Amino acid sequence: MPELKRNIFISAAILGIFGILGATLVSLTWTATAERIALNQKQAFLNNVFKLIDKEEIDNDLLTDVITLHAPSLAKTEFKAYRARKAGKPVAVIFSPVQAPGYASPINLMVGIRHDGTLGGVRVLSHMETPGLGDKIDAERSDWILSFTGKSLGNPPLEQWKVKKDGGVFDQFTGATITPRSVVATVRKALEYYAREKENLFKAPAQKLDEVPMH
Amino acid sequence: MSTSNREIISNGLWNNNQALVALLGLCPLLAVSNTLINGLGLGLATTLVLISSNATISFIRNWVRQEVRLPVFVLVIASFVTAVELAMNAWFHDLHKILGIFIPLIVTNCTIVGRAEAFASRNPVPQSMLDGLSMGMGFTLVLMTLGGLREFIGQGTILAGAHLMFGEAARSLSFSMGADYHGLILAILPPGAFFGLGLLIALKHVIDKRNAQRADKPAQAPTAEPAAAEG
Repeated sequence: MPELKRNIFISAAILGIFGILGATLVSLTWTATAERIALNQKQAFLNNVFKLIDKEEIDNDLLTDVITLHAPSLAKTEFKAYRARKAGKPVAVIFSPVQAPGYASPINLMVGIRHDGTLGGVRVLSHMETPGLGDKIDAERSDWILSFTGKSLGNPPLEQWKVKKDGGVFDQFTGATITPRSVVATVRKALEYYAREKENLFKAPAQKLDEVPMH
Repeated sequence: MSTSNREIISNGLWNNNQALVALLGLCPLLAVSNTLINGLGLGLATTLVLISSNATISFIRNWVRQEVRLPVFVLVIASFVTAVELAMNAWFHDLHKILGIFIPLIVTNCTIVGRAEAFASRNPVPQSMLDGLSMGMGFTLVLMTLGGLREFIGQGTILAGAHLMFGEAARSLSFSMGADYHGLILAILPPGAFFGLGLLIALKHVIDKRNAQRADKPAQAPTAEPAAAEG
């Protein structure tokens, strides 16, 4: 029995020592990288935003001028509205992440809407669409997503906010209609939401963002 | 038992290639081999973990008792993978975003615990590090070959996304067949990975057989050539 106890103790001690060493290594790396990782995430987010609304047009800190919204037609979970201003005047609002129902799983979008209701642009943040078919919504794969820039609820007329196959103005892809159809419908809903909520969106008091947006 | 450095290298790169012969680490191998750069990124991360974990495990091999060695190996490997993941997130942020879940999954790559158990726990530190390097490079080369093949056949590009790894200057490295090339989508989809790996394994067998025949030839009379066995 004492022999067994001794063995258990030694084994546990060895494991414990390596636990401490492992935790030390991980903590040291964490300390060394945490700041840089947060900065990367912030930069990646801002780079996306600046593709929709030009950097020069914004002079406020987007990450501190945020409100959290809940609209089941735009996203199942909460999403954020980042408000872009210049000299205190509203310039645009960035909805992120807006979710369009995808073929496989939700497509996360970032939608930038200018104060006058025209689209600054739309970008896909992440998606699980079929490579080679539905993934053409990604700006890295094709220019399709750029066709939203400058559009608004009146341009094209509301009944033409559809893919061409359904009588609208937006292209679909050969072999993948579901994906573009869903993205077009969701962007239209985002514009409608903006038209309804416009006043409140810019007035609501900003919240403190306790973490850097992942998108 | 000591293995010569030459043997360690040729085992890692070819004779006991972890992806083509041992068939270990298939999960990342098949999932991340859709482009050459993704393959290179994951391959290098795996190599880094292999070298560090092999070195550590070899260093502690005489102190850790047999009965707790596996938990200790797993702890060492998991710590290194976490460190590598954080480092990649900090310095190769875009690539990290693409490789996503597969970097933490290096923990479960059987190659790593396999080399720890089969090699590092029985050999001195320098050899173990060399083994980690060769095994890692062997794995990386297969990932890159498979990634390059799938990328070229599937979307008609080579080295797309080089800028994710080497910075904006590397954008010019990537080659594209142009927008007219529609690509064979199958190659990009998961089945394409299985077909591609199958073909690479077959190719390795053919080459090995050729080499074996060539080695035999001087001994045999050149007349008796048996019908080619491989189809």
